[in-house]
Amino acid sequence: MKKKSTDKPDDLRVGVFICDCGSNIAGHLDCKSVTDYASGLPGVVYSKENLYTCSESGIVEIQEAIKKHKLNRVVVASCSPRTHQPLFSSSCEQAGMNPYLFEMVNIRDQCSWVHMGQHDIATAKAKDLVRMGVAKSATLEAQDPIESSLVRKILVIGGGIAGLSAAEALRAMGLEVILVEKEQRLGGLLNDLNVLDNGESAAERIARLSAKVSSTDGITVLTGSRVTNINGYIGNFNITVESDKETIEEMVGCIVVASGAVPLIEEGLLGYNGTSVITQMELERQLKEKTFRATRIVMIQCAGARNSKREYCSRICCVTAVKNAMLIKRAYPLADIHILYRDMQMYGDEKEKMLWDARGMGISFDVYDPEKILEVGDGKVTFHQTVLGTTKELPCDLTVLSTPLVARDDVSSIAGLMRVPTDKNGFFLEAHAKLRPLDFSADGIFICGSARYPSTSAEARTQGIGVASRVAAILFKDKLVKSAIVAEIDDETCVGCMGCLTVCPYEAIVFNNEKRVCEVKEILCKGCGNCASTCPSHSAILKGYKPEQLLAQIRAI
Amino acid sequence: MLDVGRHPNIELMAYSEVEKVEGSAGCFKVRVRKKARYVDEAKCTGCGACTEKCPTDVLDLYNEKHSTRKAVYSWFAQGIPSTHVIDADHCRVLQGKKCGLCQRQCEAGAIDFEQKDRIVELDIGSIITASGYTVFDPSRIPEYRYRDLPNVVSAMEFERFLSASGPTHGHLERPSDISVRQEIAVLEKLEGRGSRALERLEEKHGEVSADVYKRFQKAESGDDPELQQWMAKYADYLLLKEKLEELKEKAALFANAKKLAFIQCVGSRDLRFYPFCSGFCCMHSIKEAVIAHEHDNDTTSVIFGMDIRAVGKGFDEYKVRGSNKSNISYRRSRVAEIVNGPGNNPVLVYEDTQAQVVRRETFDLVILATACAPADGIADLADILGIELNEFGFFKTSPENPVDTTREGIFVCGCAHSPMDIPESVAQASSAASRAVQTVTHEKLLTVS
Repeated sequence: MKKKSTDKPDDLRVGVFICDCGSNIAGHLDCKSVTDYASGLPGVVYSKENLYTCSESGIVEIQEAIKKHKLNRVVVASCSPRTHQPLFSSSCEQAGMNPYLFEMVNIRDQCSWVHMGQHDIATAKAKDLVRMGVAKSATLEAQDPIESSLVRKILVIGGGIAGLSAAEALRAMGLEVILVEKEQRLGGLLNDLNVLDNGESAAERIARLSAKVSSTDGITVLTGSRVTNINGYIGNFNITVESDKETIEEMVGCIVVASGAVPLIEEGLLGYNGTSVITQMELERQLKEKTFRATRIVMIQCAGARNSKREYCSRICCVTAVKNAMLIKRAYPLADIHILYRDMQMYGDEKEKMLWDARGMGISFDVYDPEKILEVGDGKVTFHQTVLGTTKELPCDLTVLSTPLVARDDVSSIAGLMRVPTDKNGFFLEAHAKLRPLDFSADGIFICGSARYPSTSAEARTQGIGVASRVAAILFKDKLVKSAIVAEIDDETCVGCMGCLTVCPYEAIVFNNEKRVCEVKEILCKGCGNCASTCPSHSAILKGYKPEQLLAQIRAI
Repeated sequence: MLDVGRHPNIELMAYSEVEKVEGSAGCFKVRVRKKARYVDEAKCTGCGACTEKCPTDVLDLYNEKHSTRKAVYSWFAQGIPSTHVIDADHCRVLQGKKCGLCQRQCEAGAIDFEQKDRIVELDIGSIITASGYTVFDPSRIPEYRYRDLPNVVSAMEFERFLSASGPTHGHLERPSDISVRQEIAVLEKLEGRGSRALERLEEKHGEVSADVYKRFQKAESGDDPELQQWMAKYADYLLLKEKLEELKEKAALFANAKKLAFIQCVGSRDLRFYPFCSGFCCMHSIKEAVIAHEHDNDTTSVIFGMDIRAVGKGFDEYKVRGSNKSNISYRRSRVAEIVNGPGNNPVLVYEDTQAQVVRRETFDLVILATACAPADGIADLADILGIELNEFGFFKTSPENPVDTTREGIFVCGCAHSPMDIPESVAQASSAASRAVQTVTHEKLLTVS
C-alpha cells in the first residue's frame, strides 16, 4: 500500500471534495460552482460537494471515491489543515492511497471568513485556491512514514504530590520510572502545610505517598539531584542527572515535568515583615508548629496577584484562607477573623460549602477595592469596602497575606533543557489550554501540577495520575511512527555553511565533520521548513513542500 | 469525537444504556441495552436523504427548541456516529399511520421499522462513568420568569443563538421577534394560498374580487351560495392581509439584541436549589459576551454576579480583557427579579449596594447562567454501578483518590464527579483512563504470573 509513486502526470486521477461546513462555508460562497469548476481542472476525474466532509459520511464518500474512481490524489477544500489534515490523510490511507498524496485547501478561514458578505469575491478566491491545490497535488510524491524504537522508562522531574502521583501511576501500569527531586526529601510544598481541607494532616498524607513511591521496585528515586542535560527525542531521550555524589546518565522514553511552584514572599508587600504581617504559608507553619498567637486576624486575598505585575488568579489562596480561618475559629471561638477579598474563588461543591460554613461560624468577609485604599499599618488594616462604598478600618494583631503561587526561579533552565515554552508568568505552557492540558506541544514531554498553573493537592494528584495515561498511550506501543514531512539535505550540493543548523529550532540538523555537510535527524525534524528557506545552495528541501511543488502552486494562480 | 469514533480500539455504543453490572474489578459482566434506532447501523451511511423526505417536523432539542428537526434525524450534523435514528414518538409509521417515505428514499436499505432493543452482554475489566450533568431548569426560579418572558433565555439557548449553525445563524435575534417573524411566515403562506384561490374564482367569473365585493356589500343580496363563499373567502383574505401588514410594520422596527444582561448563579449558590458553585458559568458568560461583541461591536453586556470566579489559567486575564475590549461590565449584585417592559424588553430589578437604592434597568435580552445539576438519573446509575453519591448528588470520591468511586474498578471523571470546566474535565479523564488501565494491567500481570 505504501508504494513509491511512479505516476506520470498523465496517470493523474485527482478527486476534489468541497466542504460546505454546514453554512460556515456554503453560507458565504457558492460551493456548488466551486465544485463544478474543480471538475474541469487538469487531472481531476471526480469532484463532490459535501455538507460536512469531515463527518463520517463525508469520509466514507472520499474512501469510496478513491476505490471507485481509482483516485491517486485527493484534494479537500474545507477548513484548517491544522485541525483536519491528519483526519483526511489517514482516511485516504485507509482506502489504500498513500497519505502524502493528499492536499488540503483552506476555503473557510481564507475565503468565507475573511470575505464574509462578499459572496462573489469569496467564490472566485475559493476557485483560485482549489486550482492551486490541484496543481500542487499533481507534483506530490508518496512517502513512507518514519519509525523509531521506544525506551519504556520515564523521567519525572519533581517529587511533590503531582510527581509522586505520576510515578505511582506509571509504575502501576508496569512502566519504569526515574524520579528526580532537587530537595533532600520528597513531598514538596505539602511537607510545610498544616492540614488539608478535609482536616487530614498534609504531612502524613504526603509521607504515606512518598514512602510508597520510594519503596516500590521499578521506581528509582534520586533526591538532592538535578537534571542537567536532556538530549534526543520522544522514545529516546538521553538524560543526565547530577547530585553532590554522582552523575547518572540514562535513556528514557518520555519526560514528565512536575516541578511545582513556590508561594510568593515579597518584602515590603503590604507591610510584610514576617512577624505581624505574614503570608498564608507562614500561617500554615505557625498552625502546624502550634506557635500561632493572635486574636484579631485580618487576611488579605490577592496580595501580590491580579495586578498589573502578576495578572493571574492563583486559584488556591481563597480556599487556603477559608480553611485556616475555620481552623483558628474552631480552636479559638472568640478570635475575630476578617477576610478581605475581591472575589471568593470557592469554585465547585466542597469549597463553596466551606464558604457557607465559614460564614456560619462568624468569620467576616469584606470586599475590597485594590484601586482605592488598602493599607496595612500599625495594628490596623484600612481598606475601601466596595459593597458599602465606604472606607473601613479594622484593628488587628496579625495580618495574613494570601500571596499567590509563583513560578520557580529555575523554571527557565528546566524549560531550556527540554526546549519547551513557558507563559509570561513563568508557568509551563501546555499544548492546548482546553483540550491538551497535560501535554507539551513537544512530543513525549508532559506537564502536571502547579508547574503548569496553581492547583490544589487533589487537582495536582489528579493531573499526576492523568499524565500517566498520556505517557502510556505512547509507551504501550511497539514503536513510534511519525510524519514523513521532514527536511532532506542533498549531500552532493551542500557546501556545509551551517546556515540551516543555526535556524533549526529543534536541533534536528547536525554537521557531519567527515563529509563536511549538514545532515537531518529525521526523528527530531518537525517539518517547519526553516532550513529549506535559508539554504543558499537549495540543498535543503522540505518533503511535501519542495520548490517544484510550491512553484506548481504559484504558477496556477 | 471523530478521533474516538475512528479509533481501532474503541467500540462506540451510542444510544445505549447500561442496565446491570455484576462481578468485580478486572472481570465485570455488564449488560447494555442498545435501544432500537429503527435504522440499521451497519447499512446507514449518514447521507441524510431520509431526513430530507421526512414530512414530520419535531422541535429540535439540540437547538433548545428554537428550530425543528425531522422525525428521522441525527442529533447534530457532525455527530458521531453519523447513523441516523427515528424518533418513535413522532414517526408516522411507528405511530401507526401511513408514511414510509424515508424507507423508500434510503438507497442503503437501512430503515428498519421492525427493529427492537437489543441486549448485549460485555466482559469488562474496568468502568469509567463520565455521565455528565443536567442543565438546571431556570423556570423553577419564579422571580426570573423564564418561559413567561420571551427575551429571558438560558446560557445554553444563547450558545445556540451565537452559533453559526444555530437557529439564527449566529445573529442575535430576540426570541420575541423570532416568533413574530415565524407568525409572518405562516400568514404569508396562508395569504399565498388565499390569493391563489381567489385568482381561480376571478378567472372563472371574469371579475375582480374587490369589485364584486363592493357590489356584494351594497346589494346585501346573498342567494348565490358560490358568491357567498367567494365573498367570505375574500373577507377572510382582507383580514389576513391587514394582520400581515400590521405584523410586518412591527417587524420592520425589530433590531437584534445589543444590550445584554447575564445573571450568574441561577440555581447555584442558592439554598433553595443547589448550594454549590457550578464552577464554569462565570467564564461561560464572559465568553458568550465576548463572542456577542465580536459578532457586533455595538453589543454591550452586564454580568450580574456575587463573585466572578475566573479561576483557571489565563481566566482572570480573559475577564479583564472582556471589560477592556468587549464592552463587558461586571456588577456585584444578585438580581431580585425580572419584569416585562415595553417592547418585550426585560427589566432587571436589583440593588445598587453602594448607592443603597433599588435600580430598574432595561435590557434587550437576558441570559441566565444555569447551574450544573447532577445528571437526571444519576441515582439510578449509581444503583446499577453499585457506587455511592456524595451529599451534593454527584459520584462520591476522596481527595486522596480523586477519580476512584466507592467500588473498586469503577472510576469517574468530569461533571459526574463535580462541576468543572473543560481543561479540568480533560485532565480528569486522563486520570480516570490511567486508573482504569492500572486496573486492567494489574489483572493482566496477575494472570501472566
